[in-house]
Amino acid sequence: MLAMDYRGPKRVRVSQKPMPEIKHPEDAIVRVTRSCICGSDLHLYNGNVPDTRVGTTFGHEFIGVVEEIGSEVTKLKVGDHVLVPFNIACGRCHFCKQGLFGNCHESNPMATAVGGIFGYSHTAGGFHGGQAEYVRVPYANVGPTVIPEGMDPDDAVLLTDVVPTGYQAAEMGGIQPGDTVVVFGAGPVGIMAAKCSWLFGAGRVIVIDHVDYRLEFVRNYAQCEAYNFREMEDPVVFIKKTTDWMGADVVIDAVGAEAAGNTMQTITGRKTLMQAGSATALHWAINSVKKGGIVSIVGVYGPTDNLVPIGNVLNKGLTIRANQASVKRLLPRLIEHVQNGILNPKALITHRIPLEEVADGYRLFSAKLDNCIKPVLIPPSARM
Amino acid sequence: MEHLKKDYSHIKGWGIDADPQNDPTYPMKPHRTDAEQSGYSWERPTQQPVDVEILHSIERPNISAVFGTASPPSGLSGVIRRFAFKYSENSYLHWLPLILADRVNVVEGIIDDMKHGHVPNIFEEKGYKAEWKHDKVGLLTKFAVAAALVAGVVVLLSKKNEDDYDEDDD
Repeated sequence: MLAMDYRGPKRVRVSQKPMPEIKHPEDAIVRVTRSCICGSDLHLYNGNVPDTRVGTTFGHEFIGVVEEIGSEVTKLKVGDHVLVPFNIACGRCHFCKQGLFGNCHESNPMATAVGGIFGYSHTAGGFHGGQAEYVRVPYANVGPTVIPEGMDPDDAVLLTDVVPTGYQAAEMGGIQPGDTVVVFGAGPVGIMAAKCSWLFGAGRVIVIDHVDYRLEFVRNYAQCEAYNFREMEDPVVFIKKTTDWMGADVVIDAVGAEAAGNTMQTITGRKTLMQAGSATALHWAINSVKKGGIVSIVGVYGPTDNLVPIGNVLNKGLTIRANQASVKRLLPRLIEHVQNGILNPKALITHRIPLEEVADGYRLFSAKLDNCIKPVLIPPSARM
Repeated sequence: MEHLKKDYSHIKGWGIDADPQNDPTYPMKPHRTDAEQSGYSWERPTQQPVDVEILHSIERPNISAVFGTASPPSGLSGVIRRFAFKYSENSYLHWLPLILADRVNVVEGIIDDMKHGHVPNIFEEKGYKAEWKHDKVGLLTKFAVAAALVAGVVVLLSKKNEDDYDEDDD
């Protein structure tokens, strides 16, 4: 089968790889019909996530048709078209029982800080991902959800990560009616976080980024204010000023480890990896939120050391909430929102790229070429 | 609450998920039992057979019930990775060697390609075709800067060699 093949920083290709096999009685093999390149794949692509081994296949946002099931799979049958949450969760450990499906303790031997994630380095379990024709899906009784009849596959594939992550970012903000919410980052997750902030009753939503076409997109899609930090002397002062010098009630970091905007952070965090990614957006979030406010982090940071203004977190009495989205917990509500037309995820998709051209897809997305917001990869077996 | 005087009817679903209890509350711990305080108290899933080398964090006593089998450790990068996994996730000695191993692994990947008679097409693997299509100027600038850097280094080195030669002459 064809699959994306990581060869080193900024180098990927499509290779012929062996078909995945059932390795555990709760496994399923899924024939991929759509997979996305996610903003957090770019951290892997750029070589910023430790233990990203050559030869692995990325891709944690995918949907597909069940081809084969293990002996203990009871909730799926061959032929089901399923959307597969990006977290691999057993559904029965201490953390899954709390609804923390992103923190499962039975899906990743390599690290305890994060659960298993499809195609997201050995730090997240060493699983091959869905940027391929076929993929092994562990714990098939727990994660995969049959796509409701009538749902557009393009909507479904975004329910595997982007929509739940954006929604949970807003949820973790504890937004109260009338609150001012600032979102750093106008990538797909930031766009969705801005959109979902309204669902929690935000009174004002402001998005900050540095790419004009993305700002234009989020302004239209999420009906919010959007500003370019390159045009400001200091984004923190800007936010203070525009909130009557108080700061925002809630700030969402939807950027993570590869933030632009601060030379020192760029050198120490992105170029030399002396800390676990550039923490620029996190600095801005902590410093621009109101005292007593809430910072919600869904931007991905690497392990383990960051130069973060933790003193300001203490002095300001902040609440910081952060997590990988627990997709499974949120899916029923989000499917309802998509079906009722409250959310329209597929509008984010700007590029449909054959899997064979995966290298171009990564370059297009990472270099922000051709006004790319969200690329979707279509394997040859899904085009027949 | 000045903002609430505004009309949000143009925003589909405004306030539909507002929850005064979420201030901030998720995840609330469920009613915890003594059993939940005593480590691995849940009924563990069937163990996936360990048929490839799996390195596991020393912050857990075992291998999780399922795991990925992509790219098991091998070669020099494997040696470095095994060293890294002797240290906890709390240690630089875990993460920095892993980053080093990743870089070594890239060279191993190229050697492996060559061994199999495959010369990697770097231009294609880096997706420069897309960049050429959408940002010719950027790509040409990038190549020009790289060429200038290489030329600079070559000039510096050859100058140094010349100086060495002159010194030898004296």
